[in-house]
Amino acid sequence: MVNLGFSIGNLHFKNPVLTASGTCGFGPELDDFFDVSRLGGIVVKGTTMEPREGHLYPRMAETPSGMLNAVGLQNKGIDYFEKSLYPVISKYNTNVIVNVNGNNIEDYVALTERLDKLEKIPAIELNISCPNVKKGGMIFGTNLDSAREVTRAVRAAYSKILIVKLSPNVTNIVDFARVVEEEGADSVSLVNTFLAMAIDVSGMKPSLSTVTGGLSGPAIKPIALRMVWQVARAVKIPVMGMGGIMTWSDAIEFILAGATAVQVGTATFIDPQAPVKVLEGIESYLVQKGFTDIKEIVGYINRRV
Amino acid sequence: MAKRTDDFKIIENKRITDDLFILELAGNEMLPEFKPGQFVQVRVDGSPGTFLRRPMSIHDVDYERNTFKLLIQTAGQGSITLSCATPGNTLNLVYPLGNTFSDPQAGQRVLLVGGGVGVAPLLFLAKHLLSIGCKPDWLLGFRNKERIIDLHEYRGLGQVFLTTEDGSVGEQGYVTNHSVLAESRYDRIYCCGPDPMMKAVAAYCRKNGIFCEVSLENLMACGFGICLCCIVCTVRGNLCTCTEGPVFNITDLKW
Repeated sequence: MVNLGFSIGNLHFKNPVLTASGTCGFGPELDDFFDVSRLGGIVVKGTTMEPREGHLYPRMAETPSGMLNAVGLQNKGIDYFEKSLYPVISKYNTNVIVNVNGNNIEDYVALTERLDKLEKIPAIELNISCPNVKKGGMIFGTNLDSAREVTRAVRAAYSKILIVKLSPNVTNIVDFARVVEEEGADSVSLVNTFLAMAIDVSGMKPSLSTVTGGLSGPAIKPIALRMVWQVARAVKIPVMGMGGIMTWSDAIEFILAGATAVQVGTATFIDPQAPVKVLEGIESYLVQKGFTDIKEIVGYINRRV
Repeated sequence: MAKRTDDFKIIENKRITDDLFILELAGNEMLPEFKPGQFVQVRVDGSPGTFLRRPMSIHDVDYERNTFKLLIQTAGQGSITLSCATPGNTLNLVYPLGNTFSDPQAGQRVLLVGGGVGVAPLLFLAKHLLSIGCKPDWLLGFRNKERIIDLHEYRGLGQVFLTTEDGSVGEQGYVTNHSVLAESRYDRIYCCGPDPMMKAVAAYCRKNGIFCEVSLENLMACGFGICLCCIVCTVRGNLCTCTEGPVFNITDLKW
């Protein structure tokens, strides 16, 4: 048997495949298609203190080998999450991680404190990289001082595993990874979507109601891979790689580049079983290559360079 | 009914107008019980520009032959690729998705209003209505004579009223201009078509106090409630068309 497990701090993950936030709902949406508990973890939809309606329709546009979204963190807020979603998703036998968002540091901290008390939520993913909100989000993730400040505040308020989700919309993502590592992040996940746009030529208007949105899908994979490779070489904490992973082979690329784990996102829109197929493919690959532990191939390319 | 994903064999690909075609698909396993208004998400293989699946409503179901039909309009690369699908090949679907229309009460007079490819879910609905003892009328709008589909099957299910924008067949104008609506003899209207048509029908129903359900066709990424892209603005907030719809009572919609 192959060992697929890994740990971030004291938190064990049974395998390196998670769902990416915003692409798996809260988990139950995928129950019909596969047993979510088979995954190493699920990162549920971005959550805020207050309920949010998100942006106006249209908030999605198909692009070559990818798509734009401008959902704008639509969610029902932490009260609803605690009351109605938490009892359901805490039954999953996997790590349920909440993606945390806010307009300002006080919001992030208040939400973090609420989540710290939920026994079955062993980790949060601090989202400082959402490109689709006017306040908070990417504003924190594209300025080093702000990234430092919000990570420090959330770290002080949170006793469990803190993952910080980084934005690719920066000059040097490595600087951001180093800063959040210095401030006590247990892991970084990257990349969030790329700020992008599309125009409806026949209607002569932007394809999205917000004009700009976040690009995801295979179109971004080579850039995401490069960023994961850079970051993994620069920090000591585990890196979760994501960005256009459609197949097990894509996931293996991220792991060979240095990712300890991967998140499957947009692929699930097209194949609802994509996360579990990626998991099965990773295991088969390791068996075929004669490895007994996934750790043997994390950052493998760097050992040979 | 649990959602699932499977390959279906293409039995027939039949062009019915310049821009409409019907794909008949056979399941390897027994078909689940589909409900009128539900849709499938079709993966379009062999079309590099088509990244996402395409939502298509269920047009007709034949449980005896274990087949069902999709009525599709060629619009972009995805549907053009599908229009070239050859019998014997397979299509991968996520199905069945979405909700259904509500049943009328006994004795209610029902009108099905469709425009163009919007007739797709209404044929299946009409057959269901007949099975519960309700014989609907049809009010169908098309751009012109060339765009009209073969209505033989529709006429067999209920009386058909027609409009064309150029007046080449039926009454001239849009469906909401048709004289049958002036008489206001219906208790319940089910509608599917282009947004402006559905909005006009909704306005007519509001004004006349008629129960009305519309089937929306918003842009979708996933089709099963994880992407939150296909939202419609309702009195209950922004709701996913794919899971809370595609059928909505017009009293829910902020149109």
